[in-house]
Amino acid sequence: MHKTVTVKKESTPAVDLTKCRAILSKYNSTASADLIPILQQVQDAYGYLPQNALEEITARARIPLSKIYGVITFYAQFSLKPRGKHTIKVCTGTACHIKGAPDIKKKITEVIQIDEGQTTQDYKFTYEPVACLGTCFLAPVMMIDDRYYGKLTVEKTETILKSY
Amino acid sequence: MEKLKKPDDLMKFRKSLESTYRPGMVRIFICTTGCRALGAEEVCKAFKAEIEKQSLADKIEIVDTGCQGLCARAPVLTIEPMGVFYGRVTETDVPEIISRTILNGEIIERLCYAEAGKRIPYIRDIPFYSKQKRIVLKNCGTIDPKNIKEYILRDGYAAVSKVLSGMTQDQVITEMKNSGLRGRGGAGFPTGNKWELAKKAQGDIKYMICNGDEGDPGAFMDRAVLEGDPHSVIEGMLIGAYAIGSQKGFFYVRAEYPIAVEHLKIAIEQAKSLGLLGNNILGSNFSFDLDIKMGAGAFVCGEETALIASIEGKRGMPRPRPPFPATSGLWGKPTNINNVETFANVPVIILKGSEWYKTIGTESSKGTKIFALAGNVKNTGLVEVPMGTTLREIVFDIGGGIPGRKKFKAAQMGGPSGGCVPAQHLDLPIDYETVKEVGAIMGSGGLIVMDDSASMVEIARYFMEFCQDESCGKCVPCRIGTKRMLDILTRITKGEGTKEDISLLKELAEVTKTASLCGLGQTAANPVLSTIRYCLNEYEELIDKKGVQTSTQQAPATQP
Repeated sequence: MHKTVTVKKESTPAVDLTKCRAILSKYNSTASADLIPILQQVQDAYGYLPQNALEEITARARIPLSKIYGVITFYAQFSLKPRGKHTIKVCTGTACHIKGAPDIKKKITEVIQIDEGQTTQDYKFTYEPVACLGTCFLAPVMMIDDRYYGKLTVEKTETILKSY
Repeated sequence: MEKLKKPDDLMKFRKSLESTYRPGMVRIFICTTGCRALGAEEVCKAFKAEIEKQSLADKIEIVDTGCQGLCARAPVLTIEPMGVFYGRVTETDVPEIISRTILNGEIIERLCYAEAGKRIPYIRDIPFYSKQKRIVLKNCGTIDPKNIKEYILRDGYAAVSKVLSGMTQDQVITEMKNSGLRGRGGAGFPTGNKWELAKKAQGDIKYMICNGDEGDPGAFMDRAVLEGDPHSVIEGMLIGAYAIGSQKGFFYVRAEYPIAVEHLKIAIEQAKSLGLLGNNILGSNFSFDLDIKMGAGAFVCGEETALIASIEGKRGMPRPRPPFPATSGLWGKPTNINNVETFANVPVIILKGSEWYKTIGTESSKGTKIFALAGNVKNTGLVEVPMGTTLREIVFDIGGGIPGRKKFKAAQMGGPSGGCVPAQHLDLPIDYETVKEVGAIMGSGGLIVMDDSASMVEIARYFMEFCQDESCGKCVPCRIGTKRMLDILTRITKGEGTKEDISLLKELAEVTKTASLCGLGQTAANPVLSTIRYCLNEYEELIDKKGVQTSTQQAPATQP
């Protein structure tokens, strides 16, 4: 939960703000209650939360940038860095844990050569663990984007990853 | 759809739906939620294509359903009216199912559920189902959750109609209090009393929140109910909102549950179009509107004050209580929060009456409880049983026992806030109190079965890692207590533990439990305390023998 963030102006490239503005225009009020849904949609649109989009939000919604960063860094879902084309979420829930998730995690790192929380250099994959996907009957399980892969074995994991 | 303007309209609408029911139709119920991961959608498509190819649309109907419970056999389907249950179905089985089972009434043995070498084709004979009491899950897997008409055909919204046609707010609350329903999210606070507090609270605006932030690793009943029968939760919320005098409600759902969110959105739209949500519901003075708020990945947001902060758009950190949300909650207004499963219990209590509901369960805990059965057990899935059912019945009679030649070692109940229940307590009738007495908690109903190859110290370390990671960091006892306990547990599992570590752990556990701000910290030590209580020998062996354990599958050196 405690993510260390270094905020540098030049940390992410400036993006075209058309999509961000379209999202903001859906919200008439500038109530802070809309902040999380706005951030979720902006992240959906860009794959992450670009610096200049956050500046746009702060200007339009009149929420201080510091507060926005506070929210972003609290929730596991948000990312300040560009993410890979595909997101691999490996379930580390109890059922998966006792059914071999640690071995699956090792295999993923071996195949795509990155650790949890990282993105491959070619921006193909972002790899993150998730507390529980709520699909314990599929244990061990991972999700790539919106697709579930259940009853994994080390071999199966490799085949699936290589199919992307 | 035309709006229903009075309770009578609902009845008429149901009657009109009944008249469209076509007898003689074969209906194939396919789980397309949980089973999706194992190819259920492809099976569904194959059926639809085959039905078209053979022009059987007037004979066979495909119904996409939510979870049917026996997830171990996914993808599953049930064929009615025969009552045939098939599992591990693939696209290639589809033509055969149509030609043999549906058109000729033959059973395809290889797709049937098997127990003790015997194939059981009919759902009513499968012990997994016959030993359950499905009240909350009655529609889960037997209706299309994306179609409000199917819910209405099952007496859906009849409870709201009953409430609005003549029950006062106090009568609803009295009925709930009398039923003995207790919160299914974990703490077990009586629902009727909670509503009474919210009703008595002064305020022009009151909020009703449904907590669908099911974050306990190992629990998936709320996901299944939201995906498989979302209207029952909406109806429960409507009744609660009427009772406390609320006009605005929120669903707080985990972002990790996309299908649940999708089905909820459809359900809310359909309820709105029928006038079951919105202004002057069924012609009464009661108006209620509902919105969905998606979580953003923080376990602590299951705690009610943290959840409220998250809806307000802030960091989801808890705050000290009092004031309780009932008096000062969302935006400082009186707020009532109940869990998904709690709300899903409400309509049936109103319809059948609290006296009926009270006959189910134990003295202190009424009704049923859904357990998410997972881990080293044959029939993983969702199980609904009356309170007071023993762990043995759940794990062995319904769950089918432990796979392979392994033995039952313990069940972890209540997730990271719970504890382990060892084999000596297998015959304990499960309710809120008994589970607490043996050092676990009911929690949301996650039940992870562990066989004799599991290391309990590793399980304790695993849960502590989870709590430490999810600790919001606001209060010191939780932030530092969980970290230090994790250090010690990691040390022990690496074989670097010392004799003093156990007493140190106990001391830290007590402090974290007593001094933490919210439930996360207050319960984080439970897995440690309960494993020390029942499996002290495992800790001692690891410390004495300096045995290294890296995987849960690795048994401690002296295990048989």
